[in-house]
Amino acid sequence: MISLQNISKKFDDTTVLSNVNITFEADKTYAIIGSSGAGKSTLLRCINLLEKPTQGQVIVDGIDIVKEKGQLYTIREKIGMVFQNFNLFAHMRAKENVMYALLKVKKMSKEDAEKEAILQLERVGLGHRLNNYPHQLSGGEKQRVAIARALAMHPKAMLFDEPTSALDPEMTQEVLKVIKSLNHRGMTNVIVTHEIKFAQEVADVIIFMNQAEILEVTETKEFFKQPKTKRAQEFLANMI
Amino acid sequence: MNIKFELIYPYIPYLLGGILVTLQIAIAAALLGSLLALIFSLLSRKGGITQFLIKAFIDFFRGTPLLFQLAFFHYGIPQLTGWIPTPYISALIIFSLNSSAYLSEILRAGIESIDKGQIEAAHALGVRNWDITFNIIIPQALRNVLPAIMNEFITLVKETSVVSMISLTDIMRRQQIVSAATYRFFEPLLIIGLIYLGLNIILSNVGKMLERKLRYD
Repeated sequence: MISLQNISKKFDDTTVLSNVNITFEADKTYAIIGSSGAGKSTLLRCINLLEKPTQGQVIVDGIDIVKEKGQLYTIREKIGMVFQNFNLFAHMRAKENVMYALLKVKKMSKEDAEKEAILQLERVGLGHRLNNYPHQLSGGEKQRVAIARALAMHPKAMLFDEPTSALDPEMTQEVLKVIKSLNHRGMTNVIVTHEIKFAQEVADVIIFMNQAEILEVTETKEFFKQPKTKRAQEFLANMI
Repeated sequence: MNIKFELIYPYIPYLLGGILVTLQIAIAAALLGSLLALIFSLLSRKGGITQFLIKAFIDFFRGTPLLFQLAFFHYGIPQLTGWIPTPYISALIIFSLNSSAYLSEILRAGIESIDKGQIEAAHALGVRNWDITFNIIIPQALRNVLPAIMNEFITLVKETSVVSMISLTDIMRRQQIVSAATYRFFEPLLIIGLIYLGLNIILSNVGKMLERKLRYD
């Protein structure tokens, strides 16, 4: 469904992605792991063009969105994203955060948008927090609002950019539980994470990155039994 | 003590009438200036020649005295163009442009204070730039810089007193007229001082009310 072809990304003289190729299939969950600075987040951000690749194609549903800029908004509607720092709209209540894109992008009626927002927030266990502002919520709650906001758009794919890196262990668990519940519900999930255990638990496929390149794409079970590359073996050894 | 308010009593309605003139200019300039400032602060994010021109405009209006700007526009420019604006028009134009220069710097700071992550999140949801600007950036930017904006409006009310120079009968000008007619200075000056003070106390309370209303905590 989503395919990155020959993607390179340079910031000035630094190469962050070097000729990367990867295809993400529907209904599968991918975990991107690797050391800091390997290019994991940049790769993720290229999928919805928050980061514009220096070269290469991003093909979503058969359309190269790097070339066809007119399609970008339609595509972004279909790809939800969750960020490390939550990025909730600070001046909107939890409910309004979820409703906003439904009203502005999906052009839903206020009643329908509100219904959907309440449904999604209840689903992530925040039915009692509908009218709170982001700064009144804990980190874990904020991240769950962000997940509800993305899910309300009924995306075909969800991108998670280190969704628990800013959370303490307890809150990490509550967020991971929610993410896990999205598994195999028809969506493609792509998760950049440092939580190796979680990756092992939730992902169908592990994408291991190192120095701007994808070193291996391996089924999760196999990867944790024996990674193909030496660099990945070292990485795993350091983790345990 | 040489204070005789009874000599001034007949002139008090005339002095108070200056409030209308002062407020007319201050309010019109505040509205026009804010609108221009909003346009400037959004345009100057685009960079290039637009940004350069706006910066030059701001530098001019912040770098020269208001009194000079008013004199230059009202007495200087007509020598070249032959078109002599009424004092009211001159005051309106110069005060609008002057406060737009200050306000657009304030707004720019407010816009830059918005965390980029929220804008990215909106982009990722497929929200258009126009909506992001007016629904996400501006409301938060305005709230962050509201005290500075109210400060600018208070300054504006006080600075309108220089329009007396181009013989617009605002509060200040009326004091000069009353003083010339009665040979009294202390009493009319005291009265107009209190008028300015009263206006600005009201204004700053309106500002505090707005701040409370815009707060979301």
